[in-house]
Amino acid sequence: MSARAGKLVEVPLHAVAHGRAGDKGNRLNISLIPYDPVLYPLLVEQVTAERVHGLFRHRGATGVRRYELPLIAALNFVIDDVLEGGVNGSLNLDGHGKTNSFRLLSLPVRVPARFVRTAVQPAGNP
Amino acid sequence: MTKRRSRDSKSAEAPPSSAEISQAVFRVGNGAGFSGDRVDAPGPVVDTLIAHGGPAALFFEVLGERTVALAQLERRRDPARGYEPMLERLIEPILARCARHGIPIVGNFGAANPPGAAPVIAALAVRAGIPDLRIATVEGDDIRGCVDLGRHEVYEADAGLDPQTGELVSANAYLTAQPMVQALEKGAQVVVTGRTGDPSLALAPLIHHFGWSAQDWSRLAAGALAGHLLECGAQVTGGYYYDPGFKDVPDPANIGFPIAEVSADGGLTVTKANGTGGVVNAQTVKEQLLYEVHDPANYITPDVALDLTGVTVRERGKDRVEVAGVRGKPAPERLKVIACFEGGWLGEGEVSVAGPNCLARARMAAQVLHERLRRRGLDVRARVDLIGVASVHDSDSGALWRSHQGPAPAEVRVRLAASGLREDDVDQAAREVLALLCCGPAGNGGARWRTTQRIRTQSYLVPRSAIEHRVTLAAARELA
Repeated sequence: MSARAGKLVEVPLHAVAHGRAGDKGNRLNISLIPYDPVLYPLLVEQVTAERVHGLFRHRGATGVRRYELPLIAALNFVIDDVLEGGVNGSLNLDGHGKTNSFRLLSLPVRVPARFVRTAVQPAGNP
Repeated sequence: MTKRRSRDSKSAEAPPSSAEISQAVFRVGNGAGFSGDRVDAPGPVVDTLIAHGGPAALFFEVLGERTVALAQLERRRDPARGYEPMLERLIEPILARCARHGIPIVGNFGAANPPGAAPVIAALAVRAGIPDLRIATVEGDDIRGCVDLGRHEVYEADAGLDPQTGELVSANAYLTAQPMVQALEKGAQVVVTGRTGDPSLALAPLIHHFGWSAQDWSRLAAGALAGHLLECGAQVTGGYYYDPGFKDVPDPANIGFPIAEVSADGGLTVTKANGTGGVVNAQTVKEQLLYEVHDPANYITPDVALDLTGVTVRERGKDRVEVAGVRGKPAPERLKVIACFEGGWLGEGEVSVAGPNCLARARMAAQVLHERLRRRGLDVRARVDLIGVASVHDSDSGALWRSHQGPAPAEVRVRLAASGLREDDVDQAAREVLALLCCGPAGNGGARWRTTQRIRTQSYLVPRSAIEHRVTLAAARELA
């Protein structure tokens, strides 16, 4: 079945993808990896460098480059000047910016409902 | 509906027997991914390497960008120190077993003082009854005094940072795998280095074992990729990964550290220590593959430049992932040097509020703190966070917490951070949080504050010809 078939729902990226952030100097990279590689083209379409830049403009980010890795169905975003001085000079508790992978994962996307993951509660928790 | 399996995870074909694999592969295990890592992690890795019986090595990566500078400050206070503080705890449980089974140990745990770390390891060896243990030290990464950094280009990712102002604390080049290879060729059983390329730590024993040439870019790329995937320890085996209900990991309190199985032609499978928690799957490997990577077509190491755009990741059975398709390109002409400078002071203070109207009380505390710094004319740059509302994702101006419209949290921790070149001003700023205990909003408590010295780093690109290394080898009995 095509990735586009089915009723579309708007969810945070976190419901369909995962990722990790790392820093070098004042530059941050965040990977974005759909749980199901079939979703990769939808993410390429919707998670543009411009939208990601919007998530980090309040931190002074000056630019975002997006690298596409279709063979592993992953995107890599490189965000410049986002760390307010980086681990050297930042006043942020998270000077490395490592928590920002989950800021990216808060971005809304529209995907077929069947791809949406909901948290599986551990036994014993309501 | 929840889809649990990714489409690129194929069920395992008939797996080769472990004896067959042992004939063909060299195993590289990782014992630590940063300074501060779990000290009981190396044991199960070594157990697994021994159980397989084939040729193997163990490496430790403990140097973050600023770690050498912090170690250098430690060495200033005590000239015998300046190496990895957890060195003995990391090494002692596995040293004798590695020696007995011919598993060399390679580590950048020399930090700012490799010749200081060697006698510490030697003493452990003598105590363990292996006084003939051959320990090599690699020096030459510390280029203070022999290279004029002002004449070299600033590494591009740092170009946007403020220029350095304070005194130089450390300047270390990322050495290649070759000095470590030389040490192994001399028969070293433990190789102590300072700054080297992180992936080079795993690459060196592979070059030594397989006899790869220093220009065999495709094989060097496979070995460096093994190092890249393993150098952060548990980050490829389920650490820094679990997200309950979405990405679940068995027994996260006992995550097994990674092992790479590498063949002579550069085949690479990532797995982990037996009898441990954690997981190795396509997702953990993809996250680590892109960790701290910018342009995937140009991931630079001192030994080889990697092109990751052709890489494929395939699950080959439980906790086994095959990584193929990496391409190698010639190593860079220049080596990266990280210089660290004294960077002024950082003061931080925190205090909590909780219960009814706590958000309004927290906002008031933030306003009062900013007003206090203005009134006192302290020469600092400052920000206030409302932890529980917005902090780590926020900007220095507090754009997110100021515009927060959501439900009030049950508790908020107010945090002030201030930096500057004058220690006293910075400390006085941090102490304004303490003063809230009697002068702040109702019901605040739990104040903490501290002032610490900052280290600023700046990276440069320096020609290889400017950097010389030395390898020295001695038996433990001569060093202890």
